[in-house]
Amino acid sequence: MKTVFKRTPTLKDCPTHYCPGCGHGIAHRLIAETIDELGIRGRTIGIAPVGCAVLAYDYLDVDMIEVAHGRAPAVATGMKRTNPDKIIFSYQGDGDLAAIGTAEIIHAAHRAEQLTVIFINNAVFGMTGGQMAPTTLLGQVTATTPKGRNAAGEGYPLQVSEILALLPGAIYVERCALSGAAGVRKTKKAIKHAFELQVEAAEGLSLVEVLSPCPTYWRMTPAKAMEWIEKEMVKVFPLGRLKG
Amino acid sequence: MIEKSDTCSETHKRILMCGNEALAEASIIAGLDAYFGYPITPQNEITAYMSRRMAEEGRVFIQSESELAAINMVFGASATGKRTMTSSSSPGISLMQEGMSYLAGAELPAVVVNVMRGGPGLGNIAPSQSDYFQATRGGGHGDYRTIVFGPSTVQELVDYMHLAFDLADVYRITVVILADGFLGQMMEPVLLEKKPHRELPAKDWALTGAKGREQNIVRSLWLPEGALEALNNKLKAKYELIEKNEVLCEQYEVEDAEIVVVAYGIAARIVRSAVSRAREEGIKAGWIRPITLWPFPTEQISRAAEEFKIFLTVEMSLGQMVEDVRLAVAGKAPVVFYGRPGGGTPTVDEILDKIKQLTIPEKR
Ligand SMILES: Cc1ncc(C[n+]2csc(CCOP(=O)(O)OP(=O)(O)O)c2C)c(N)n1
Ligand code: SF4
Ligand SMILES: [Mg+2]
Repeated sequence: MKTVFKRTPTLKDCPTHYCPGCGHGIAHRLIAETIDELGIRGRTIGIAPVGCAVLAYDYLDVDMIEVAHGRAPAVATGMKRTNPDKIIFSYQGDGDLAAIGTAEIIHAAHRAEQLTVIFINNAVFGMTGGQMAPTTLLGQVTATTPKGRNAAGEGYPLQVSEILALLPGAIYVERCALSGAAGVRKTKKAIKHAFELQVEAAEGLSLVEVLSPCPTYWRMTPAKAMEWIEKEMVKVFPLGRLKG
Repeated sequence: MIEKSDTCSETHKRILMCGNEALAEASIIAGLDAYFGYPITPQNEITAYMSRRMAEEGRVFIQSESELAAINMVFGASATGKRTMTSSSSPGISLMQEGMSYLAGAELPAVVVNVMRGGPGLGNIAPSQSDYFQATRGGGHGDYRTIVFGPSTVQELVDYMHLAFDLADVYRITVVILADGFLGQMMEPVLLEKKPHRELPAKDWALTGAKGREQNIVRSLWLPEGALEALNNKLKAKYELIEKNEVLCEQYEVEDAEIVVVAYGIAARIVRSAVSRAREEGIKAGWIRPITLWPFPTEQISRAAEEFKIFLTVEMSLGQMVEDVRLAVAGKAPVVFYGRPGGGTPTVDEILDKIKQLTIPEKR
């Protein structure tokens, strides 16, 4: 294997279980780099979701907890309120955050909890076999929308970040995409900002939504998946800063 | 444990308090770092009391958006090594079962107070003992147990609250205080003073930031073959230790009794009066009161069953603990049930009548 860049210490030196072309591995690296650049490894606690990233603690070398599906923002609240000096982040998929955990994320933002949330939107439930997520695009074929998602009966793609941006307690909300080198760079910048705000004890919740490829359940090659983000996903989930 | 400054200057004097407030103050004295809860009758005094007192103490209070959130806030605070609790009543406790299962899997200490009301469904807000099954069988999914106390006085609420926090830390387990609406609301004189406590292990597993050490991971997922079975067996060893060491039970005039009445919590107080009246009338009656509902005083009841004829179990339910009594008696004696569900309360007369029916030949 050719070393393209130096592995940041907080990213463990081991292969991941992710499929080829999956966005989770990239997002992990960006978080690890951020933690090392900010020098906060010794006071950071991460929360792994129920989803493909459930084993995130096998890759990120910080104190971590694995929690029930969707409940990360409540767990994070319990941690941060009792440990205001620690940096608490949750890592959540679109099923975790935008389906089963909608109440928890809205109320964590509503209470202006000083948390950092990395929200991985891959428009499907990856872990359970590629079923429809609230963020699935109209017409998108999934395991539970065999004819493509139909607004009548299955609803429209849910724009949770836009909803969260409405809340005074959410101080920073940005949507990025892991497509192309520029996209990854921008995502890194946004993730770093979301951590920095917590380090500065800014009074509220920071969230970065990351449009992330799932080539396996999009039934595409990794290259096509990147293209699909740029051509289709961003139309429904426009990139940029929504708040802060 | 971090010694907290005594929060109530009156801890050495008896003061009059309702059960809900007394258990809340007891928790604060026991070193509670964070309380999370969502209002529900008949335990609203706890949430209100905590909102005031935890702020005074500079500790954490959050009124959560749901019981799901409350138990997960407990999960988070506990994982960082803090003393934490939540309280609710029956419908809210049902919502917490997911979190309690995760607490068991992750072996995190926690204290959960259930001030029971009538069910199923929304039921009513009258006192009840209808959540015994849920509390003593784990309650959520998976192979696990929680320690369950069934206090019967306001003083016991205080005493077992103190013990609950210690046992939670010693065994890394959830301890449930199974109270009911009567106990929560009634005013009784209490001594808030903390009893001598257990030796507590260091929380070297806690998530405190991996500064100068390897990462700590708190988890309940074990995918490799045999890994979960190993965890289950580890839990089993812990549960067996608890069964061996932590059973609490009170009994009265069981030695010569021909009828033994078994009851816990508030029902046990009514039973006590009924048994005293029976004795006054010359009936050889006694009672056994399980204080820990899990671990259940199986041995004590089994021993009594060697020598005595009839067991009567009295509950404010359709009959839940009676199943444990039957298991303990193991067919050695008849076990009869008398109960009032749905917020009904058995009266002294009703129980006395039942005792007479079972013991006086012409009444049988
Ligand atoms: C209470 C509960 N319901 C359902 C599941 C099954 N489940 C596991 S992961 C998942 C969805 C994950 O999707 P997402 O959050 O988008 O993560 P991804 O795998 O796509 O990264 C579901 C439904 C579960 N573990 N717990
Ligand atoms: S199923 Fe999708 S999200 Fe899950 S690891 Fe594979 S590519 Fe990634
Ligand atoms: Mg997903």
